[in-house]
Amino acid sequence: MTELLQHLIDHIDPYYLQILVNSGIGIILALGLNIVTGLTGQLSLGHGAFMSIGAFSSALITSKLGLPITLNLVVSGCITAIAAAVIGMPILRLSGDYLAICTLGFAEIIKVIFLNLDITNRALGLTVAPPESFVPLPILVWFVVVFAVVCTTLIHNSRFGRALSAIRCDEIAAEAMGIQVTRYKVQSFALGAFYAGVGGGLYAHFMGYINPSDFGFLKSIDILSMVVLGGMGSISGSIVGATVLSVAPEFLRFMASYRMLVYGGLLVVIMIFRPNGLMGNVRVTELFLRAIGRKPHLNTIDREADRGDS
Amino acid sequence: MLLQQLINGIALGSVYALIALGYTMVYGIVTLINFAHGEIFMVGAFAGLYATSVLHLNIFIALVIAMIVCILLGVAIEQIAYRPLRKSTRLSALISAIGVSIFLSTLAQMLFGSNAKGYPEDCFPVSQIHLGSADISTLQVLIIAISALLMVSLHFIVHRTRMGRAMRATSEDYHTAALMGVDVNRIISVTFALGSALAAAGGVLVGVLFNAVSFNMGLMAGLKAFAAAVLGGIGSLPGAMLGGLLLGVTEVAGVAAGFSSYRDAIAFAILVLVLLVKPTGLLGRKIQKKV
Repeated sequence: MTELLQHLIDHIDPYYLQILVNSGIGIILALGLNIVTGLTGQLSLGHGAFMSIGAFSSALITSKLGLPITLNLVVSGCITAIAAAVIGMPILRLSGDYLAICTLGFAEIIKVIFLNLDITNRALGLTVAPPESFVPLPILVWFVVVFAVVCTTLIHNSRFGRALSAIRCDEIAAEAMGIQVTRYKVQSFALGAFYAGVGGGLYAHFMGYINPSDFGFLKSIDILSMVVLGGMGSISGSIVGATVLSVAPEFLRFMASYRMLVYGGLLVVIMIFRPNGLMGNVRVTELFLRAIGRKPHLNTIDREADRGDS
Repeated sequence: MLLQQLINGIALGSVYALIALGYTMVYGIVTLINFAHGEIFMVGAFAGLYATSVLHLNIFIALVIAMIVCILLGVAIEQIAYRPLRKSTRLSALISAIGVSIFLSTLAQMLFGSNAKGYPEDCFPVSQIHLGSADISTLQVLIIAISALLMVSLHFIVHRTRMGRAMRATSEDYHTAALMGVDVNRIISVTFALGSALAAAGGVLVGVLFNAVSFNMGLMAGLKAFAAAVLGGIGSLPGAMLGGLLLGVTEVAGVAAGFSSYRDAIAFAILVLVLLVKPTGLLGRKIQKKV
């Protein structure tokens, strides 16, 4: 079975495989940040740091304990979630941009700590041994993506998810309805960090080398752009945003050094023309239901409305 | 020794304060974290570099040229990237600002290369002045004097002119100011112009002080200046100055105490600690949430 899958992977061009895996990891990270920023409405500029906690703990687990990769990912996700909860408890009492700058501050502090720890090999970075895995890593990445999408959908529609979106809509009203705002904020922060930890673990093992400087402010901004570009709070948006932003730099590669120039310009242009994100106001489930005829088509509703008027 | 570190800290801190003022002014009026501000600072440093090294101009004229270049740039950025987004969510404007920031730093890398460049040695004569047990270089005197002059002028503009009154009114309440006949679009342009000019001055001064100008210098300086603005209470002008000076002094003190590898974390650690005790910054007003 493992050999068959490995054989399948070997047939894919390594370059495309890397793009595929990177967009998969991007989706996992964006889904996590989307819970914090999109669903709960707390702007976080430090998601990259949580990714680095996950990446380093997962790399160390592989080299020191040698756990199988699936268990490894769960453990490093949990470590990241606990770290996020510890950081989140004091700072989530702050609001708006004060919170944003605090997450940014903690991210920089975490980066500098990793740059100075012996166990993370300081500024030289860690080389990560290939993981022991039943399925090849690229397939595992996409398996985790599917799992994450399903879980996020369930969370969005759960009691917990509704509490989070109540906090985003109006914190005071949510509190008046008996929602413990700070507790839920910390939980959503930890949950988002869990995704980041898993994404970081996958990243570490796929790349084979990690350096604290790879997870700086720009990484956090990258993930935030995926969420906002796709559409805040929208799961399909996170998927589209992460895919577009992971693939775009590769498609722009023919422009060589103009690449990041166009990327920066593209962010501005997309925001001007789709200020709510690419998938903002687009509801994929509804479109799907309409397409298979379980819900009336938009045009028929319009026509019925017209008839009603006349 | 202590006095020496204090002087070094104030020189560095006044540059942070200059950049922080731009963040806090823009935030006060349009509640936007202008992430491209660090890049404007970088462009200012390059404009000053070219004015001194290629055009062989005096450092003071170079400073003025850099400020003019950045005023034009800042106003253009606002018109192109922020104005169309004024009515949409603040996060969209934030991403647009990040896009501008990536665009400008890549453009600078393509135009000026990846290597750090230095200002010509003869652009400002440096000599040491003995001040009791400490030495203060003429360069530090220049930096502190220019920053103080610019901050006093800003204070004058904001508190003593008609334009400044309109700015304060707009930051108090955007819509009411518009109803009272304030041309808010013009005020926002002026705010970006003033902020960019201060950032340009900071860029030239940092370029001369550290003798290194590179395409990515805007990122860390911008983040620290933003931290300074929040530390002082974002939206408050004296807060930005205080925050900048405080960060500069603590950073220099931290390095002197032997934590130089933690240099970039010191500023943020101070910031987090202060915010935990005083959630709206040192001089920020407490905003009562309305139900």
